[in-house]
Amino acid sequence: MIVTVASGKGGTGKTTVAVNLAVTAAEAITRTETIKATQLVIAPENPENFVELIDCDVEEPNAHLFVKPQNVVKQEISTMVPAVDMALCTFCGECEKICRFSAITMIAKKIMIFPEMCHSCKGCVMVCPTGAIKEGARVLGSLLTGQSSHGFNLTWGELRVGEAMSPPLIKQVKKTITCGSGRSNSISEDINNKLSIVDAPPGTSCPAVTTLRGSDFALLVAEETPFGLNDLALTVEALKKLGVPMGIVINRADNDQKGIIDDYAEKENIEIMQRIPFSREAAKICSKGLLLVNELPEMKQCFKELYLKIVSRITQNAKESKYKKTSTKTATSSSDNSIVGRS
Amino acid sequence: MKVAVSSSGTNLDSPLDPRFGRASYFLIIDTDTLAFEVKVNDQNMNLPQGAGIQAGKIVANCGVDCLITGNCGPKAYNVLQAAGIKVFTGTKGNIKEVVELFKNGALQYSQGPNVDGHWV
Repeated sequence: MIVTVASGKGGTGKTTVAVNLAVTAAEAITRTETIKATQLVIAPENPENFVELIDCDVEEPNAHLFVKPQNVVKQEISTMVPAVDMALCTFCGECEKICRFSAITMIAKKIMIFPEMCHSCKGCVMVCPTGAIKEGARVLGSLLTGQSSHGFNLTWGELRVGEAMSPPLIKQVKKTITCGSGRSNSISEDINNKLSIVDAPPGTSCPAVTTLRGSDFALLVAEETPFGLNDLALTVEALKKLGVPMGIVINRADNDQKGIIDDYAEKENIEIMQRIPFSREAAKICSKGLLLVNELPEMKQCFKELYLKIVSRITQNAKESKYKKTSTKTATSSSDNSIVGRS
Repeated sequence: MKVAVSSSGTNLDSPLDPRFGRASYFLIIDTDTLAFEVKVNDQNMNLPQGAGIQAGKIVANCGVDCLITGNCGPKAYNVLQAAGIKVFTGTKGNIKEVVELFKNGALQYSQGPNVDGHWV
């Protein structure tokens, strides 16, 4: 199952929640409690690799600062852009006509390519009657993966400095996810198979939507400020359209006193799954790149409760909806066709 | 000489439109006779990106020698360069005044784009 940690507003604590949740979920003791809580879950086939953490905030990935992965493997990721063989070009203008992004333009018997505009649809390659357009490449960034000492793998993307288009790289990072709806034969198999915790980029535009699409559950980290509420509401609207069930975590919460996020959540009928109390100590720990669950016993408890609630919710959701297996191929191609409009 | 001016309106008394890619109109003016033709630049209005490139193409297809506008970004500038069009940026006023300034040699053409490209 894929649990994506998102927010809307930046700096609410997505990464803090994602990394601490991953460490909590990877602990054997939590697994035993999960089995009890959900009843659906049987012993995982490979408990060592039950959890994976995926940082899709490719513009500023920072989960690795907390996870401190070992044996990191880095691989360069490119996207297709057209490359024209001028010896074969007849200036028919077909490539220009099909391109919705003006990435390939014919001016005064010159073919101009704007790689930063290209969405890699390959339309120009397909329509060129003389085969003058070849598939070139533009480097988007890197895909990195490493092992945490807590017994899970961390995968993340790093967008090339100066690159404006992050969704193609995010899609490559997401391809490494090994579980998710439709990839198993049954609910229990999927929940057992693997838990992928995905750290999403902030905002509600293409990078966040690309990350959230296809998640089994979205955990929204919110802060009790007017700005925080505004951006939370935008994300909730986006998630409704994506059909992803969601819950809210209030970070830096004002203890037991209810605030604007509670009012909003009640109105929208969204469950507040946990309140992480405001704590100067917690802020200090985070600023040192340490894990809350390792340093503060109350945080360990807090994240364990959160984790169990999420798993119970997903189990419940899955029971209610009819589980359908779709082939991995279909799942991938539908997400590939989703490049529409702006980036 | 034929010049293109980005314009907010359809006659010579209209103010120059400081935007190039998303200008409302282009007036294609013969500087000797002040005869002009109006090109509506509306196909760009709903484009999320690439307006400058498209506008550059329109102007290039009109066979003008120069473009007078307010701001011109890097992609539009490249297109205009490729078409061999000289670009005058930072211009203000109504179209008639601007053409007068141009004829008197009071405008200086740009060596490059005067604004950054933007992502919406």
